[in-house]
Amino acid sequence: MSLTLGILIPLLGGLILFLTRPQRHIARAISAGATGILLFIILTVALKARGAAGFETAERFTWLPAIGLEYRLAVDGIGAVFLLLTAIVFLMGIFAASQTTADWRYFGLLLILEGGLVGTFTAQNFLHFFFFWEISLVPAFFIVRIFGGPNRAAASLQFFIYTMAGSIAMLLGFLALFLATGTFDLTELARTRPSGGFGALLAERLAWAGMSPETVGAVIFLLVFLGVAVKVPLWPLHGWLPATYVEAPTPATMVLTGVMSKMGVYALVRLVLPIFPEQIERLHAPLLALAVFTILYGALAALAQSDIKKLFAYSSLSHLGYCFLGVFAAAKAGAPGLENERAAAINGVLLQALSHGIIAAALFGFVSFLERRTGGALTYESYGGLRKVNPAFAGLMGLALFSSLGLPGLSGFPAEFLIFKGAFSLAPVACAFAVVGLLFTAAYLLAFYGRVFLGPLNVNRAGSLDLNNGEKVVVVPAIAISLALGIAPQLILAICNPAVTALVQQIKF
Amino acid sequence: MLAWTIYISFLGALAAAVFGRGRPALARGVALITSIGALGLAIAGSSRLNPGEINVIAQVNWIPSLGIGYFLAADGISATLVILTGIASVAGVLFSWNIVHRADEFFALFLALIGGVFGVFLSFDLFLLFVFYEIAIIPKYFLIAIWGSTRREYGAMKLALFSFLGSGMVLIALLAVYVLSPVKTFNLVELASVASLPGQVWLFPLTFIGFAILAGLWPFHTWAPTGHVAAPTAASMLLAGVVMKLGAYGALRVAMTLFPEGLKIWQTTFAALAVIGILYGAGVALTQNDFKFVIGYSSVSHMGFVLLGLMSLTAIGLSGAVLQMFSHGIIAGLLFAVVGRMVYERTHSRDLSFLEGAGLARKMPFVSITFLLACLASMGFPGFSGFIAEVSILIGTWRHLPVFTILAGVGILIGVGFTLRALHKSFFSPVPEDGSETSYEPITMPEKAGAILLLACTVLIGLYPRLLFDLIHPAIQQDMFKRIISGA
Repeated sequence: MSLTLGILIPLLGGLILFLTRPQRHIARAISAGATGILLFIILTVALKARGAAGFETAERFTWLPAIGLEYRLAVDGIGAVFLLLTAIVFLMGIFAASQTTADWRYFGLLLILEGGLVGTFTAQNFLHFFFFWEISLVPAFFIVRIFGGPNRAAASLQFFIYTMAGSIAMLLGFLALFLATGTFDLTELARTRPSGGFGALLAERLAWAGMSPETVGAVIFLLVFLGVAVKVPLWPLHGWLPATYVEAPTPATMVLTGVMSKMGVYALVRLVLPIFPEQIERLHAPLLALAVFTILYGALAALAQSDIKKLFAYSSLSHLGYCFLGVFAAAKAGAPGLENERAAAINGVLLQALSHGIIAAALFGFVSFLERRTGGALTYESYGGLRKVNPAFAGLMGLALFSSLGLPGLSGFPAEFLIFKGAFSLAPVACAFAVVGLLFTAAYLLAFYGRVFLGPLNVNRAGSLDLNNGEKVVVVPAIAISLALGIAPQLILAICNPAVTALVQQIKF
Repeated sequence: MLAWTIYISFLGALAAAVFGRGRPALARGVALITSIGALGLAIAGSSRLNPGEINVIAQVNWIPSLGIGYFLAADGISATLVILTGIASVAGVLFSWNIVHRADEFFALFLALIGGVFGVFLSFDLFLLFVFYEIAIIPKYFLIAIWGSTRREYGAMKLALFSFLGSGMVLIALLAVYVLSPVKTFNLVELASVASLPGQVWLFPLTFIGFAILAGLWPFHTWAPTGHVAAPTAASMLLAGVVMKLGAYGALRVAMTLFPEGLKIWQTTFAALAVIGILYGAGVALTQNDFKFVIGYSSVSHMGFVLLGLMSLTAIGLSGAVLQMFSHGIIAGLLFAVVGRMVYERTHSRDLSFLEGAGLARKMPFVSITFLLACLASMGFPGFSGFIAEVSILIGTWRHLPVFTILAGVGILIGVGFTLRALHKSFFSPVPEDGSETSYEPITMPEKAGAILLLACTVLIGLYPRLLFDLIHPAIQQDMFKRIISGA
C-alpha cells in the first residue's frame, strides 16, 4: 500500500487545500508536511529496492481487462531514483515559494502535480502511466497560467499544446503496440520483445498495405519517441521550453526543470529503451546527432543570453541532451562485451537526471533570490561584484555552478563521466562532439559568475542582503547532496545499478 | 422492467399535460419524478440483464400478416444507452427548472421525446423502432420552435427536414428489405440471421446515411450546429446527448447488422467521412465566436469518433464507439448546460469576445470549475469517460485504417486547441481589477445538482470504466455482430 499512499498523500493534501483555502503559511506547512511524509515513504521504498534487480514493491488490481488497463504500481532501482528526486525537489520548491504571490491555490496545484509525478514514476502499465503523465500537465499549466509573468497566457498555451501533441503521438504508438501484443504492461513488453523487435509482429497484426516490418516498427517508435522528446525536450522540439521556464514563477521553474523534464528521461529509460532498442539502433546516427546538437545548441544559446533566467533555461536543455546521448549510445548493437559500457551509460543517465534535477532546481532557487533582491530585474546590467557584499550567496551559488559544469567532487562529474565512459566505446564520434559542449558549459557558467559576482560592485546592489536562513534551507541541502554524490556516487549507484544491469540484459539484438 | 422506462415517460408526459396547465411547479415536479423513476428503472433493469445476449422483454404479434410484432428487448448496448437517456433526462429537467412559459406543454413534449428515445433503444422490430424514431422527432421540432432562441424557426425547420430526409431513406430501405428478404418479417434478430440479403451495395449506404444524418455525419451535419444553437438548453442537451445517439445506434444496430457485405464495400468511404467530420468539426469550432456554436461543432467532431469506431469493424473499436456515445452524451449535455443555462441566462450573451471582458471566473466560481472539468473531459483527458472511449476506438482503427488513426489524433489535438481557446475566452481571461461591477444571480440548487450529476457520471466511468464496458463488450461479441467483426 505504501506506493498508493505515496500518490494519495499529495493528492489529498492538494484537495484539502482547495476545500479549506487556508492562509499562505498554513498552506505551505501542509504542503511541506505532505512532501515530508512522501520523502519518508520513498526513502523506505528506495532502501528496499537497493540491491535488488527486480521490482520490490508491487500493488496491482485489474481495472479494465478488455483494453489491457491494469493498476500496477511497482518500484525498482530506476524508479527509486526518480521518486527521491521528486520528493527532494518539491521540498525545495515549497520552501522557495514566493512570500507574496503564492497562496493556497499555488500550493494545492503543486501538491497535485507532485501526486501526478509519483504516479508516473511508479506505474508499470502504459495506460496507467499515461493517466498520471497527462494529469500532471493540468496543475503545471495552471501554475504558469495563474502565477506566471506578463506573457504567461501565451507561454502556458504553447506548453500545453506542445506537450499534448507529443502525448497523443505517444498514446497512438502504444495503442498500435497493444493491438500487436495484447498488453500494455511495460515489464511484460520488455520481457517478451522478440529478437528483431516488435516490427514483424506489428506488420503482421496491423496489416498495412505493403509496409515492411522495419517501416512499421520505425513509425510506431517515432510516435512514442515524439512524446518523450517533447517532454525532456530534444532539439528541435524544445520550442515551448524558454518561454515556459521564463514565464513560470521561478520557484515553479525549479519543479518544472527539476522533476517534470525528468518524466521524459524516465520514459526514455523505462519505455523507449527496453521496448524499442532495435529501432533506436536503426536510426542511431541521426538520433545521436540530435542529442549532440541539443547539447551544443543549448550551451551556445545559453552563452548568448543576457537574461539570467533564459540562460539557465537553455542550460537545462543542454544538460538533458547528455541523457539522450547516454540512452542512444546504450542501444548500440555490438559485441557481447559491451554490456558494461551500456550499464555505465544508463547509470550515468540516471545520475545525471538526479544531479541535474537537484542542481538546476537549486540554481533556479538562486535566481529567485536574485529576483527578490532586484525586484525582478534579471539582466546583467543590474548586477556585478555581488561577492563583496554577499559572500555566502556567491560561495554557495558558485558551488552549484561548479556542480552543474561537472567539477570533480560534485555530483555532475560522476554523472557525465559515466555517460562519456559508456558512450566512448559505443558512439565515439558523438562522444567527441559532446565533449565540446562541456567547454561551452564552462564558458557560459563562468561568464555568468564573473558578471554577477565579480568585478566592480554595481552601485544599485550596494545594500543587497546576503542569504537568509529561509533561503539557505532551500539550497544548502541540495549542495550537500551534490557534494555527497560527487564523493560517493555509489550511494545512488547501489540503488539503481542492479536494475540497470537487469535492463541491459534485456537489450539483446 | 426496462420497458417501463418507455411507459412511465409517456404517462408522465400525459400527466404533465393534463394536470400541469397553469401550474408550472407541478409540471416540473411530475417531469422530475418521472425522469428519476425512469433512470432508476434503467439502472435496475440493466443490472439484471445478461449483457451478452438479447434479453426479450415483450414479444407479441401486432400485425401478423405483415410480420410486424411488438418486440421489445435489450442487450448491453441498449442498456448503456437507456441509462444515458435516463441521466440526460434527469439533468435536462433540472436545467429547465426556470421555465414558466407554457411549462406544462414543455415538460409534456420533453417526456414524450424521452419516451420515444427509450423506445428506439429497446425495439428489436424494425417497424416498431421506426415508429418510436418518428415519435422522438416531432416533439423536438416544437421544443425548438416554441422555446428556442436564436433563429429558432429556421433551426427547428432545418432539423425537422434533415430528420425526415433521413427517416425517409431509412423507410425506403426497410421496405426494400421486407420485399427482398426470404423471411417476411420486420423482426431484426431474424433478419440479421438471414445468410445474405440482396442489394446490399446500395441498401447499406441508404440506411447508414439515413440514420447517420442524425449522428452528425459529415457532410450531412449542418442541421446540428444551427439546431443546437436555436434550441432551449434542455433541448440542446437532449439533442446532443441522446438524439444524435439515435442516429449512431440505428447505424450500428440496423444498417451494419443487416448489410455486412455492403458495409465492407463502404467501410473506407464512411471512415473517411467520419475523419473529415472529426477534423472539420474541430477546425470550425476553433474559429467560432458564438459560444454555443463552439459546442455545437465540437459535437460534430466527437460524433465523428463514434462513426470512426463503428467503421473500425473490430470488437474493441465498436465497444469504444458505444462508450463514446455515452460519454459524449454526458459531456455535451454538461457543456450545453453551462453555456446555455448557467452563462447565457445570466449574461444574456454567448459572444466570446464579450465574455472575454466579463471576468466570469471570479463572478461564477462554481460554473468556471464545472466548465473547466467539462473541458478536460471533452478533450479526452484520462480520468474522464471520453479517454477510455477514444482509446478503445483508436486501438480498433489502427488495424485497418492507420492513416485515419493518425488524422484522428490530429483531430484530438485541434480539439484541445479549440477547447482551450473557449476556456480562455469565456472564463479565464485576465480582467482589470476595476472591471464591471455587474453581479449575476447565484447558481440555483437544481443547476448545481444537474452539473454534479453529469460530472459524477463522466468521472465515475472515467475512473471505473468496467461499469459500462462489462455491459458493452459482451454485447458486441454476440451473434448479431459476428458477421461485422469476424470477416474483417
